[in-house]
Amino acid sequence: MFEALTDRLTDVFQRIGRKGRLTEQDVDEALREVRRALLEADVNYRVVKDFIAAVREQAIGEDVLRSLTPAQQVISIVHKELVRVLGSERVPLTWASQPPTVILLVGLQGSGKTTHVAKLGHHLRGEGRQPLLVAADIYRPAAVEQLRTLGRQHDLPVYDEGTQAKPVEIVKHAIKLARERRLDPVIVDTAGRLQIDERMMQELEEIKAAVRPSEILLVADAMTGQEAVSVAEEFHRRLQLTGLILTKMDGDARGGAALSIRSVVGVPIKFIGTGERVDALEPFYPERLATRILGMGDVLSLIEKAQQQISQEESERLQEKVLTGTFNLEDFLNQLQQIKRMGPLTQLLEMLPGVGQALRQQQVQISDDEYKHIEAIILSMTPEERRHPDIINFSRRRRIARGSGTSMAEVNQLLSQFKQMQRVMAQLGDMAGVGRRRGGLRGLLGGGNPLAGLGDGGLDALMSQGMVPGGMPPGPSARHPTAQRPKPKAGKKAKKHKKKRH
Amino acid sequence: MIFSRFFRRQTQPEPKIEAGLRKSRRGIFRDIAALFERSEIDEELYEDLEALLIQADLGVETTVALLDNLRQRVRREGIKDPAEAREALRDEMVALLEEATRNRKVKIYQRGVPFVTLVVGVNGTGKTTTIAKLARYHQDQGRSVMLVAGDTFRAAAIDQLKVWGERLGVPVISHTPGADPGAVVFDGMQAAFNRGVDILLIDTAGRLHTKYNLMEELKKVRRVIQRHVPEAPQEVLLVIDATTGQNGLVQARMFTEAAGVTDIAIAKLDGTAKGGIAFAIARELGTPISYVGTGEKVTDLAEFDPETYVDALFFGDDEEA
Repeated sequence: MFEALTDRLTDVFQRIGRKGRLTEQDVDEALREVRRALLEADVNYRVVKDFIAAVREQAIGEDVLRSLTPAQQVISIVHKELVRVLGSERVPLTWASQPPTVILLVGLQGSGKTTHVAKLGHHLRGEGRQPLLVAADIYRPAAVEQLRTLGRQHDLPVYDEGTQAKPVEIVKHAIKLARERRLDPVIVDTAGRLQIDERMMQELEEIKAAVRPSEILLVADAMTGQEAVSVAEEFHRRLQLTGLILTKMDGDARGGAALSIRSVVGVPIKFIGTGERVDALEPFYPERLATRILGMGDVLSLIEKAQQQISQEESERLQEKVLTGTFNLEDFLNQLQQIKRMGPLTQLLEMLPGVGQALRQQQVQISDDEYKHIEAIILSMTPEERRHPDIINFSRRRRIARGSGTSMAEVNQLLSQFKQMQRVMAQLGDMAGVGRRRGGLRGLLGGGNPLAGLGDGGLDALMSQGMVPGGMPPGPSARHPTAQRPKPKAGKKAKKHKKKRH
Repeated sequence: MIFSRFFRRQTQPEPKIEAGLRKSRRGIFRDIAALFERSEIDEELYEDLEALLIQADLGVETTVALLDNLRQRVRREGIKDPAEAREALRDEMVALLEEATRNRKVKIYQRGVPFVTLVVGVNGTGKTTTIAKLARYHQDQGRSVMLVAGDTFRAAAIDQLKVWGERLGVPVISHTPGADPGAVVFDGMQAAFNRGVDILLIDTAGRLHTKYNLMEELKKVRRVIQRHVPEAPQEVLLVIDATTGQNGLVQARMFTEAAGVTDIAIAKLDGTAKGGIAFAIARELGTPISYVGTGEKVTDLAEFDPETYVDALFFGDDEEA
């Protein structure tokens, strides 16, 4: 996965040696690995070929930024190109000037059309619309019943005429009803069909001609392989698709099919399906899919974000402070705020390879409240107290707790944790004196299972593990695995948020 | 005729569908034939073959391995004629699948003990349809069949199985939606014994292999089955969609871990998908492919045979090539 691609790229560049500029040969060797990663992610062979050619052109002669290794640099270029192809903007649904707007969901059997008709209805109702769902799949046994059931469960009106009527007629009648009852949009579930099934494709063309839908969305399974291209091409040729819904993204498929479809057909990806529940529908973020296709967490954005937030000087100053043991609560607060500026914690964690998926799997929710509390506590201190936490006595603690709206226990906890953190930093300083350790990305992740430390220690562990911006990779920043301090609190919280499907 | 061999078990496939199938395949047959219409075996041929196999979803690793074998053979046997290389490639592909087929357990149908098939897979691969086809398949062999509606989660999944049950005249054991799958399976096992049926086909809810709880649920279902018949389920069938890409390998691995998959069915082979993931699974896991679904009709299920599979999907008949 991520490890594989970066490791392989790192190997390639180590063989070549570090240079200031990427030569043709470097790039070719690196791109062979990228090509393989893309193919393993099910990106279509032809698409990969064109894609690699485009990246090659961009990469050759590029200066190697001081901040990135050549391997990271190549990934960064690949990543940017992926995002470009996937479409950097969100394209909203098109609404008919004359309501109701008709949305047609089409696709192969088993891609998730019926489920997504319900999800889309639920989603649009959340935006204040009053959708009507239409059961026009008269072929699959109990498909109509399935949509009826989903409608009943989620309180969405469903129009159906059983399985004897013609789909074109059903849709026409549904639109008439929607007009009368002022329901908008009309979301149509069609039968799954093979793109080469002439009779069934004609049926779709008839429906299209009869009701002129504003949106014809292809529902595609994220696990689809090389065939995604022929399927999408044929649906597009016959129906002129307006967009794509990529389903089953809650699995571990890389979703290369999306890139293939996108680059061959050119229609935007409008939504992704991330689970079986009716609310598991999300807008599409090209960044995330790009990293997923490459099989890595969004480390690049993380690095970029960190770089945007922290100047080189400041990071050096901080490092000095850490190493000399003069790091105080004021610096700590600074860092907290910098991390916060980078985005919500869950989102940051999602960017770490492996972590995002692990989080989704466990359905862990991490709240940003911890931040807020810590911040409030420090902000309730006087500058003097922040610089010299040792002077905080009982009455000061009581004042801080009251001022920050927290409890004495929380203030105590923060102070004792900070003290521990200082101790660890001092140790690091000593070690750094002996010989600075190679930290980098690995150190940030703490090797092995990144969640292991996280589940136990939550925010603290993360920060003490070196999420402090001063230690952003790469560079000879000092970090040590013992900096993890287990704290059961976050673990319990995680469990509480675990949800069962049934 | 290639497709009558492909539908070995079947009496007479509707000519319309057969024509459609052949049409959908004609492209690749022609492509492959064209590849070997050159005067010598050169590097370009290997590159083109790589493109072709990867586009059939065999995956990079399996493709590279197959082509390595081919290169070795060409060198060892001093093959000069591209047509001979074509035969060699075909042999290698068949051999790869055959090795997995050898792992197939002999199906023993005993009187008085139901033969239990547990059907598993991710969402939307065609489990329920495959069950209907399997039911018909066993009926044709003169066995009595019963279905268990173990998918209590997806809306109307139970109804879907019942519709098939009615069409086929096969009893369906079911509970209400949302019930515990273990409980339905328990009842199904009991009913199978009481009524002395030969074959019990158990439908399960589609689940992504990454969902820990749902995979654990499968283990529980297995335990419930084993309470009645220790050697059951005699068959754990993983249904894989022919259009599935490299994720199919992960699916096979995870479902084997959780549910002890014994056989694989490739569904929806009537499209243009080549089902190349079967090669990757055979090579990496050695799980035998036992059935292929080739259409929407209830009779569109064939027993898997490596040679026919390779010919039907890649090489075509000699006259067609």
